[in-house]
Amino acid sequence: MEGLTLSDAEQKYYSDLFSYCDIESTKKVVVNGRVLELFRAAQLPNDVVLQIMELCGATRLGYFGRSQFYIALKLVAVAQSGFPLRVESINTVKDLPLPRFVASKNEQESRHAASYSSDSENQGSYSGVIPPPPGRGQVKKGSVTHDTVQPRTSADAQEPASPVVSPQQSPPTSPHTWRKHSRHPSGGNSERPLAGSGPFWSPFGEAQSGSAGGDAVWSGHSPPPPQENWVSFADTPPTSTLLTMHPASVQDQTTVRTVASATTAIEIRRQSSSYDDPWKITDEQRQYYVNQFKTIQPDLNGFIPGSAAKEFFTKSKLPILELSHIWELSDFDKDGALTLDEFCAAFHLVVARKNGYDLPEKLPESLMPKLIDLEDSADVGDQPGEVGYSGSPAEAPPSKSPSMPSLNQTWPELNQSSEQWETFSERSSSSQTLTQFDSNIAPADPDTAIVHPVPIRMTPSKIHMQEMELKRTGSDHTNPTSPLLVKPSDLSEENKINSSVKFASGNTVADGYSSSDSFTSDPEQIGSNVTRQRSHSGTSPDTAAPPPPPPRPQPSHSRSSSLDMNRTFAVTTGQQQTGVVAHPPAVPPRPQPSQAPGPTVHRPVDADGLMTHTSTSPQQIPEQPNFADFSQFEVFAASNVNEEQDDEAEKHPEVLPVEKASDPASSLRVAKTDSKTEEKTAATAPANVSKGTTPLAPPPKPVRRRLKSEDELRPEVDEHTQKTGVLAAVLASQPSIPRSVGKDKKAIQASIRRNKETNTVLARLNSELQQQLKDVLEERISLEVQLEQLRPFSHL
Amino acid sequence: MAVCVAVIAKENYPLYIRSTPTENELKFHYMVHTSLDVVDEKISAMGKALVDQRELYLGLLYPTEDYKVYGYVTNSKVKFVMVVDSSNTALRDNEIRSMFRKLHNSYTDVMCNPFYNPGDRIQSRAFDNMVTSMMIQVC
Repeated sequence: MEGLTLSDAEQKYYSDLFSYCDIESTKKVVVNGRVLELFRAAQLPNDVVLQIMELCGATRLGYFGRSQFYIALKLVAVAQSGFPLRVESINTVKDLPLPRFVASKNEQESRHAASYSSDSENQGSYSGVIPPPPGRGQVKKGSVTHDTVQPRTSADAQEPASPVVSPQQSPPTSPHTWRKHSRHPSGGNSERPLAGSGPFWSPFGEAQSGSAGGDAVWSGHSPPPPQENWVSFADTPPTSTLLTMHPASVQDQTTVRTVASATTAIEIRRQSSSYDDPWKITDEQRQYYVNQFKTIQPDLNGFIPGSAAKEFFTKSKLPILELSHIWELSDFDKDGALTLDEFCAAFHLVVARKNGYDLPEKLPESLMPKLIDLEDSADVGDQPGEVGYSGSPAEAPPSKSPSMPSLNQTWPELNQSSEQWETFSERSSSSQTLTQFDSNIAPADPDTAIVHPVPIRMTPSKIHMQEMELKRTGSDHTNPTSPLLVKPSDLSEENKINSSVKFASGNTVADGYSSSDSFTSDPEQIGSNVTRQRSHSGTSPDTAAPPPPPPRPQPSHSRSSSLDMNRTFAVTTGQQQTGVVAHPPAVPPRPQPSQAPGPTVHRPVDADGLMTHTSTSPQQIPEQPNFADFSQFEVFAASNVNEEQDDEAEKHPEVLPVEKASDPASSLRVAKTDSKTEEKTAATAPANVSKGTTPLAPPPKPVRRRLKSEDELRPEVDEHTQKTGVLAAVLASQPSIPRSVGKDKKAIQASIRRNKETNTVLARLNSELQQQLKDVLEERISLEVQLEQLRPFSHL
Repeated sequence: MAVCVAVIAKENYPLYIRSTPTENELKFHYMVHTSLDVVDEKISAMGKALVDQRELYLGLLYPTEDYKVYGYVTNSKVKFVMVVDSSNTALRDNEIRSMFRKLHNSYTDVMCNPFYNPGDRIQSRAFDNMVTSMMIQVC
């Protein structure tokens, strides 16, 4: 072919046309069909067209290469100018106007052509004027089309302003657009001819249709600035094809705005492959995608179900296999639905495919959901929302992609969960310390043994026992009447007594108890003693103790002893239960190894004495043989307390023999003194005492426990023994009480109440003690296991 | 490590079958076909009551002198059959299980694709890649 020299305007124009014809985006060869249409639009006689084609060498080559195409265009211009078609005329004809391709408005075209030809610079200015739809400013025409595209994006079919085909042509493009519009509907199918009109058309077309479809497509192009086109002949802005597509797409869009139009848009898109980064989505493209997304799913944060997406993308007329592949690429989270980002990625891939780009094997980074979020967050108002939300309908796009946002969101959750785990461990550890509370509980709380629910078993019981003893002794002094006297007045003070019992110093308690001679006495007696003692021991902190509503079963009085005391007292002597209450926890048999032996020795004796009084069957008050002494109490609370006082029951068997002791009182006293020495149990005693549990001393138990228990158990045993001792003492004292008190029914009832409370307290103590026992046993087992494990090694 | 991987539909027609090209593929196809009987036998042996508890992994279906055939059934009666080389003694049961798991996951992804019609041959590239990764170790 001869060398072809083109002016800038011609160059630009030709390149645009070439792009338009380059449907396949090959950038090398234009589709013959397109070219033919173009030539037809040139309104040249067919023979001329054929001649042109022959001249440019297309017929020889069989295809329209760029050079051939350009030559052909030139020849068209020549022909249109009326010059004879000669190969030589390509270059000889000077000032050849740009070839005109008529689609509908020749005038406009000519005008445009004129403008083009006359205004090469304007073209440049056009591009400058025309708000470059993002980067796509290919040629002026391209930019122009962009303008038109924009109106389209705005979904406003008629925005003549944008088409601005050329600022120079103030002649309103609008009229053109209108005409175009009118034409479009009619020319719904005449895409080709319109397209043939060339780039000029595209702007108009777009303006007319205003459908957003093409916009994104065009905008999607990020071709080099138009100037580049002018500069390089070889460079063919691929996007130019977009322009040509406009008309077609425009028409379609005008006619069909719905999803169906998307197909045209897709076609438009076909050419809108990004120039710089084939996979980068430009803003316009993105906007278009978003709009399309809205047509399917109004909620931008929502999903497009697979079926809807399938229908939508099927319209693109891509083979199912390719669509399937596109889906695989774009459905990032494999959930069968498309979020906005996924949808945009898929759409973009479809467009690219349509433009001839091969589908990648992996999703390009620019199409990754997260990147799209980040990039376009500013573009689409909805996107920030997308980026922001952590959990949209089912999944947030950020979460969908393995992006940082999602990670950031999940991390806090993980941290929280880990924190929770930590707390769990803490809790578990803390629970282990619960058992230790018992021993730690300070006796200090007179008011209500209740204050320390679990813990204060042992000590209170002791204290209670002591107090009970004290009271008993006190009651003994005043005997028959005193209890009565005291009781009525002290009914309300029973609680005080209980508390006082708790706190009563060992001595006072001892005195009180010692005063009570008959350990076999009913709990009533003890209760009376307690009441008396209360009066006596007004100074004791117990007085401060409020009349704790007996109901408080002194949770702390898990010490069986205390409970037992109450129970036994209640059972044995309905009368003097108040006194019994004072004694409660005589004995949470907290094993106190050092002290256990001594006190236990005594206690068992005491317990026996008590037991005899109560004559409670070991079964009923298993832990507290002392309780057995108080048959009366048994009746009351035996059933309640028995179960709970297993621990003490163990001790009580030991106490049983004690029952036989003739001088349970004395033994109790001794036990009490012993218990006194054991501060720890004493501490718990008050709590128990407040319950009003009879100081049932599980005498035998402690002894037995010590024998069998491990070291760990010893403290418990000791405590229990103490408790039992105390209880026994109390019990011993109680039996003597009822006699004197029998008269006062009210007192009895009150004492009964208190005893019941004491029973509950003791029951609790019992349960707790049992728990401790279990724990200790477990420890023992573990130690034994370790020992065995170590043994074999020792031999090695 | 697998010499041949096959995905059989519920109706016992293959959705996907691929072997290492070095061998006579027809032989593998035949082996897979015969293994279907064993699979059915194992399924029926479980009993109807155990359908819910039935384990998906069937284990070794039958060994030949050269190859071992493993089976896996999904709850929708889609069967995965894998033929491995007997000489590959390093292959443990856990590895086979993991391979089936990957197969199952990939198959699920294929099913999630709205463009895939259940019953069609599986032409997913992702699935192919995954199978290739499983088979590539042998080659």
